[in-house]
Order: sequence, then structure tokens, then C-alpha cells
Amino acid sequence: MPLLDIKNLSVEFTTRAGTFRAVDGIDLTVDEGEVVGIVGESGSGKSVTSLAVMGLLGSNGRVVADRMMFGGRDLLTMPAAQRRKITGKDVAMVFQEPMTSLNPCFTVGFQIMETLRVHEGLSGKALRNRAIALLEQVGIPAPETRLSAFPHQLSGGMNQRVMIAIAIACNPRLLVADEPTTALDVTIQKQILDLLVQLQRERGMALILITHDMGVVAETAQRVVVMYAGQVAETRPVQSLFERPRHPYTGALLDALPERALGKRRLPTIPGMVPGIADRPAGCLFSPRCRFADARCRAERPALFDVDDGRARCFYPLPDGHPAAGEAL
Amino acid sequence: MLRFILTRVSLVIPTFLGITFLTFILIRLVPGDPIEVRVGERGIAPERLAALRHELGLDQSLWQQFLDYVGNVLSGDFGLSLVTHNSVLSEFITLFPATLELALCAMLFATLVGLPAGILAAVKRGSLFDHGVMGASLTGYSMPIFWWGLLLILFFSVALGWTPVSGRLDLVYYVEPVTGFMLIDTLMAGDYEAFRSALSHLILPTIVLGTVPLAVVARMTRSAMLEVLGEDYIRTARAKGLDSGRVIGMHALRNALIPVVTVIGLQVGTLLGGAILTETIFSWPGVGKWLIESINRRDYPALQGGVLLIATSVILVNLLVDVLYGVLNPRIRHAR
Ligand SMILES: Nc1ncnc2c1ncn2[C@@H]1O[C@H](COP(=O)(O)OP(=O)(O)OP(=O)(O)O)[C@@H](O)[C@H]1O
Ligand code: SF4
Ligand SMILES: [Mg+2]
Repeated sequence: MPLLDIKNLSVEFTTRAGTFRAVDGIDLTVDEGEVVGIVGESGSGKSVTSLAVMGLLGSNGRVVADRMMFGGRDLLTMPAAQRRKITGKDVAMVFQEPMTSLNPCFTVGFQIMETLRVHEGLSGKALRNRAIALLEQVGIPAPETRLSAFPHQLSGGMNQRVMIAIAIACNPRLLVADEPTTALDVTIQKQILDLLVQLQRERGMALILITHDMGVVAETAQRVVVMYAGQVAETRPVQSLFERPRHPYTGALLDALPERALGKRRLPTIPGMVPGIADRPAGCLFSPRCRFADARCRAERPALFDVDDGRARCFYPLPDGHPAAGEAL
Repeated sequence: MLRFILTRVSLVIPTFLGITFLTFILIRLVPGDPIEVRVGERGIAPERLAALRHELGLDQSLWQQFLDYVGNVLSGDFGLSLVTHNSVLSEFITLFPATLELALCAMLFATLVGLPAGILAAVKRGSLFDHGVMGASLTGYSMPIFWWGLLLILFFSVALGWTPVSGRLDLVYYVEPVTGFMLIDTLMAGDYEAFRSALSHLILPTIVLGTVPLAVVARMTRSAMLEVLGEDYIRTARAKGLDSGRVIGMHALRNALIPVVTVIGLQVGTLLGGAILTETIFSWPGVGKWLIESINRRDYPALQGGVLLIATSVILVNLLVDVLYGVLNPRIRHAR
């Protein structure tokens, strides 16, 4: 039984412009100790999916799913008070913006200890020692003195380390990291990523790593979910996905990788944008940008078909990953 | 922190000079000097008038009078009241606790009602309660104090007879003034009947004076909370599995309090202005009523001293608010 088992998850937002389906029938499973990468362009619904998993969507986000189980417990029917006992303890999250994700009015120490106090009932010296040990584990020098620092006194990288310390404080079984390095300097990005991977290995916790960056996924994840416009476009084990992408969108994302673009005259980018609330096409959601789209693609929505060792949402999966430009299927 | 306070205090000196100068000039622009006002229509012999003017120093040039006054004030001498011949400072000190008690009660009322109302309105944004709070505070803010006070007196004192019309305490009670705060003095005297009387005298003036600050605090709390509730760190707090009491009452409120405290501090000036009207409506024996009487009698020293001393207390409160702001906001505290 997978640790996280989600079937047909949808999230709808009620806005002034109408109802918007930001996440549209997603299946997502994560095994104990597994690293799953979720990739996709901006607006493809990665954050909304992870917030739905955490139960953090505001009142204007409606979550429906056929199944949403964590560790054998049903998250859909669980009362809010019960759910809070899991959130922050067994499932924890690290966010994109370290500088604004910590409360500016409380010390770093307070914010770490708060989690331990609420979930594990620790207090006094034991509590303090745990907090110091956590800061040590996330690579913060002089942890004792850092306890009394306020977030604005630390750098972005340090704050993200603190966020990670808070997230792993109660030894979660699943850590959700939503673009944890996007807001950081390039040199710091690698350190934070390495830290996450190291902690994941040491503790054997499952990790959902959300990112724009295919390169990051290649280095860290075991399985990849490629999202497009609120849906799963393709989901495969990492190695075969990189060797032989089957969905044209995945193929285009991989082509956009700098390493792969070596030797080409221009760095390939994907023209166009993820369709938003107003411009969702009738057929395949990727058809306006797809090099291989035909009449059927524009009229009909493809389902997720089984391909090789995973699934892809395309009528004409790429046969060998990288058809030459202009080649039609 | 000490250096911060010292710089703030030094910045205050020009303010003081300005206030002193303005009151000095303005009261003299009002037709009729103290002697003419006292004499009224009876008339006075020119020699006697000149002698009295000389006695009071009114025959000197305005500049000379002003410089003399500033010199005296700097040495702590606020002069004598022209009417009672008591020291202005001691009259002020006798009357100030009554004003302070009223102002504190009004501020307490405004905060105790306005803070929860604003928080709840923000949390239940768009609800009937939210609209109710916003509507009520808009009404409260635009309510003219005089009219509002008379309305309350007519209803609660005259029609229902629930509260007394004027003063601080029923005449049947006598309480030795120790602190000058009637609520405290009656309790210290162990006279609970008198305490109840003092309390019932305070209710209407407190409401009248507290209405505008209440409206301001409620609105400010609501908007500050709304802003804070959308912040990333609130999402983090919920991601930790904290219950909404802790998320709202601690993580959000702690940040929202920063602008709210500033606004409460700024209200103190408005409050003392309002106290002058409120004291007049309710015959409250405080410095506000005393100042109005001083204007009517052209009691120059009393008026000048009174305004200066009130300005001092406003400035002191603002200083306190600045310090509190630093305590509440770590980013400011360390920037110094
Ligand atoms: N609270 C909300 N109300 C209305 N629409 C929302 C809300 N939150 C997200 N959306 C919309 O849902 C869509 C998916 O957003 P989401 O944040 O999940 O994208 P993302 O894949 O995380 O993108 P990014 O890479 O930029 O973080 C977007 O079009 C966004 O505008
Ligand atoms: S279904 Fe058609 S349009 Fe959609 S990705 Fe496949 S080939 Fe492109
Ligand atoms: Mg996102």
C-alpha cells in the first residue's frame, strides 16, 4: 500500500470570473521513502496539488477526489482536528519563499520549538536541545545562538534551512517541497537541494519535490509526474522518462534542458503559455502548442494511456522520444 | 534604546516652542484682555487699568512677554492663574487625574471592544457581522461628539434614569483624593457604594469619548488582520498543524498589532481634544473643562500652561508608542 494514495483529485476555485479547475483529475501515489518529482511550467497546478495534500487551501478552493489516503487513513472524511495532528507532524511542507514564510515577529527558536511543543508535547531543556539538534542537522552554524535570531537577521538560504528544520522536526513520513530553491541564489540552490536529498536518505522519508527544473528532477527523483494545465501529462520512472519521453510536452521540456541543447544553434523553448481560466482549448490541452497536433487532437481530449512503464496523456505518444523537428506522426 | 529616546526627546523641543508660541499668540488675538473681561460693562478708571496691566506685565511688548514666559517655563514656573491666584501647575496636577481617568477608560473601552470586533470582522470577512462592524464604525467615526453626548444623556439619563447626568461622584459621598483616580480612591477607601457611583458616572462619558477611537481601532484592526492573514507565514503556521486559535490569535494578531498600536497612540491627541468637549457636556471636573473656562476668563497663564502640559502628555504618550512599536516589531528594534 502506498504511503500517499490519491485518485482523481480535482481542485476548483470560485472566482469572480467563474469556476476555475486548477487541478483536474490527478492521480498521485508516493511510496514510503520514495522521491517523486513533479514538474511543469508556471500555472500547471503543482502548488495547488500540494496544498490540497496538506489541507491548506483556503475556503474558495473546493477539493474533490475519489480517494485521498495517507498511511491508510482517509484524508477526505477525517475531521479537521484529526487532520491537524497529521499536518506538520507526519506530512510537512517546505515553501518557495523562505524570506516571507517565517513569521517576522517570532524568533527562529520559537518557531521550531512551537511545532515540537504542539505535536510532541516537549518542553523545557528537552525541547531546546531538540531544536538545537535540528538546526545542526540542517547545517546551521552556531545553532545555540541562532535560536534567538529573528528571520530578518538571516539570509534566504539560512531561512530555508530553518524552514526545513521545522518541517523535519517531528520526523515526517512525507515531506512536500514546493520549489524550495527557486527564490535562492544559484550557489545556495545546490546546497539546499543536497541537504533535502541527504535528509531524505538518512531518514528514509518520502519526498515530493516540486520544481520547474528537469535537471533537478534527473538528479534526485525516482519517479516523475509531468503536469500540464492541471492534469498529469506523463508519469514515469525517472530514467526511462529521460531516455525516452513519450508525451510531446515532456519531450519539449527535455529539449529545453541546456545540456541537451548543446550543439544546437538555439536553445529550444516551448512557444506559447499554459492555458489559464479563459482559454482552455476544447481538445487536448496541449494542442495549441503541440508540434504534432492534428484535427483529432483539437476536437477530443486524450485520456491517460498506458505507455511502457508509465502513463501519458496523448493520442500519438512519441515513438522514440525525439522525433526530428517538423516530423509529423 | 536610550539613545533613541534621547534623539526623540531632542526632536520634541522645537514642537514645544511652536506650541508655546501659538497658544501665546492665539489667546491674545481673542478680543479683550483678562482685566477687560473681568471688568465687563462696569468700566474702570484709565489709571487703574494701566496700573493693573503693569502689574500683570501686559504693558510690555509681546516679544518681551513671550521671552519672559519661556524663561519662566524653562525654570519650571508656569505662573499663577489670574483668576484663582493658584499656581497653574498645581491646578493642572489637581485636575489632570480626572481627565486621565476618563481618557484611559475611553481608550480601554475602544481597545477592548474594537480589537475583538476588528479581528472577528477580518476572519469572517464579507459576513453580516463584518458589514455590521464596518457600518457601525463608519457611523461612530462621523458622529459629532456634542450631539452624540446629548443623545446618550437624553436616552440613558433623562428617559431611562440609568446613569447620572454630570460630575464624577454623587454629592453624598466624600472620598479622600489619594491617586486622583476616583475608581481607585473609592476602592482604597473601601467605599463600594461610592465606587459604584463613580463607575456609573464614568459610563456615558467613556462611551462618548471612546466612540471615535473605537471606530478607528476596529477598522484598523480589521484591515491589518486582513493583510496579515494573506501572508506566507500564516500558511506556514497552518502547515505546522496549529489550530486556528493559535494561527489567528498569535501568528496573525502579533503582526497586525504593529499598525494598530501606532493608530491607538495617534488617537491620544484626538482623545484629549475630544475630552475637552466631553468634559464640557458632562461637567467633568478635568483639565478640559478648566481650559474652556480659562479661555472665557482670558486667564492667559492658565491657558498657556494647560495647553503646554497637555501637549507634553501627548508627546510622552507618542514616545511610549514609539518604544512599544520597537518592542513589537523586531525588524525596527534591530535596525536602530
Ligand atoms: N487561491 C486561488 N484562487 C484562484 N485561483 C488560484 C488560486 N491559487 C492558484 N490559482 C490558480 O491555479 C492555477 C495553478 O496554480 P499553481 O500555483 O498550482 O501553479 P504552479 O504549477 O504551482 O505554478 P508555479 O510554478 O508558478 O508555482 C493558476 O492558474 C493559478 O492562477
Ligand atoms: S494529443 Fe495531440 S496535441 Fe495532445 S499532446 Fe498528443 S499529439 Fe499533441
Ligand atoms: Mg507553485
